[in-house]
Amino acid sequence: MKKHLNTLFVTTQRAYLSKASETVVVKVEGEVRLQLPIHTIGGIVCFGSVSCSPYLMGFCAEKGVALSFLTEQGRFLARVHGPVSGNVLLRREQYRWADDPVRSANMARYFIVGKIANCRTVLQRVLRDHSGKVEENGLRRTVILLGRCLERCNHESDLEVLRGIEGESAHAYFAVFDNLIVAQKDAFSFKERNRRPPLDNVNCLLSFLYTLLTHDARSALETIGLDPAVGFLHRDRPGRPSLALDLVEEFRPFLADRLALSLINLRKVQGRGFKVMESGAVKMEDDTRKAVITAYQERKQEEIIHPFLEEKTTVGLLMHMQALLMARHVRGDMDGYPPFVWK
Amino acid sequence: MMYSEDDPIMISALQHYVFCPRQCALIHIEQVWAESRLTAEGRIMHEKVHEEGNESRGSVRIARGLPLRSLRLGLVGVADVVEFHGTGKGAWQPLPVEYKRGKPKFDLSDAVQLCAQALCLEEMLSIVVPEGALFYGKTRRRTDVAFDEALRRETEETASRTRDLISGGVTPPPVYTKRCKNCSLVAGCMPKAIAKQRPVTRYLAAVTKEI
Repeated sequence: MKKHLNTLFVTTQRAYLSKASETVVVKVEGEVRLQLPIHTIGGIVCFGSVSCSPYLMGFCAEKGVALSFLTEQGRFLARVHGPVSGNVLLRREQYRWADDPVRSANMARYFIVGKIANCRTVLQRVLRDHSGKVEENGLRRTVILLGRCLERCNHESDLEVLRGIEGESAHAYFAVFDNLIVAQKDAFSFKERNRRPPLDNVNCLLSFLYTLLTHDARSALETIGLDPAVGFLHRDRPGRPSLALDLVEEFRPFLADRLALSLINLRKVQGRGFKVMESGAVKMEDDTRKAVITAYQERKQEEIIHPFLEEKTTVGLLMHMQALLMARHVRGDMDGYPPFVWK
Repeated sequence: MMYSEDDPIMISALQHYVFCPRQCALIHIEQVWAESRLTAEGRIMHEKVHEEGNESRGSVRIARGLPLRSLRLGLVGVADVVEFHGTGKGAWQPLPVEYKRGKPKFDLSDAVQLCAQALCLEEMLSIVVPEGALFYGKTRRRTDVAFDEALRRETEETASRTRDLISGGVTPPPVYTKRCKNCSLVAGCMPKAIAKQRPVTRYLAAVTKEI
């Protein structure tokens, strides 16, 4: 199994990474600073001027070790990955399904059910753990409404109707999202979701976390051999990783929204870490971005029981497992795709 | 009936098929390969064997990493080691030796793989190969294998069943047995979850009902 392994972060400028038999060697100014067996590493992230031998790149690709290059501030530059997966039968079937409205609607329903169920759990958890600190009546009403949306999804096979239900539930969920912010209200208030560009601090934070999720979803799908660009709920659009966006849906509330809330509520990010540009668009300062990435990485190391497979795993491996389950469904092993649903 | 060079199956696929047809399908149809500690050790052992190159010891010449094929059975592969024993009349008798990192198995998978190598050698060199040997890393033991009629028939039938499986493109459903614990693909195969009846339908019913 893919085990959750540690990620090697290389932040020392002008470090050089190379391969020596089954190990990764980190040299700084010609001196070996670190040597690790490759099978103990899940990923390598290089910040800034860090270089890497092509043999190590090939080795990482072969071993499924994610190798990424970021700027010193943590902005994504590039990722090294090996050849496209050879599972052509899987990809062909994926394309056939994407061309079939009934199959597409079915898949879309799984993603939407996962998303709505997890939105509902986010609200239920807040009601359970922070009762008294939040305005409860609105949250309760929304929980009931989301439950109804879930039931309406049950026997719906029309993609447009499903998209309508998804839109309605997202609208209801974001209408009470501001109630979940209980600290730093002056800097972090939320009215509605806006994306292109984000116009306030909360939206800026959410957008950045959704981007991180999409990167991970894309990687997971590519690793399994599915084409991240051909989706079911999200239709093809050149340059858009539609299937990655489909897979991200069930993870938005569980992983990104909750992380954004805890960063704000625990004061891990502050208003001064965001900047309003001349157009009104909001962007993150570098150290805020770094803090968010660090929090996201820490979150991914937490252990969790997979709700469908009932096996212990880590948050960071959930996407990989979901991509695998999706592939097994497309290849006819299973009677459906079980979205990750957090209780 | 002869197969073309364009569409061969790997000799190693026969061994996978004997162990478990689904494992064979996952590797050769779905192109899944989970590098586990076991396969990594096996690979390193093979690489070492192939890197050592050829040598002669008395009347034995040892060839390593020998590419093999059989058009009759539609197989290709590489033999770890083939010993050529001098028969004294300027002729050499090939004897394939396959290295395994573990211990002897209870099924025929290793013997079938070795026999497939012998059938390739016979076709390529127009010579009879009556026996070979299996070497197990764990026990450091070498076991002789005679390529009798029964093993040859078993190997040819396995080759044809393996070819049907791979060209059919359908991955068979899992059957969970205690062998699954030692399989490097168990995570991607998910035998326990998939073997249940309509698992996803039941899971989703629990998700969408009123709480």
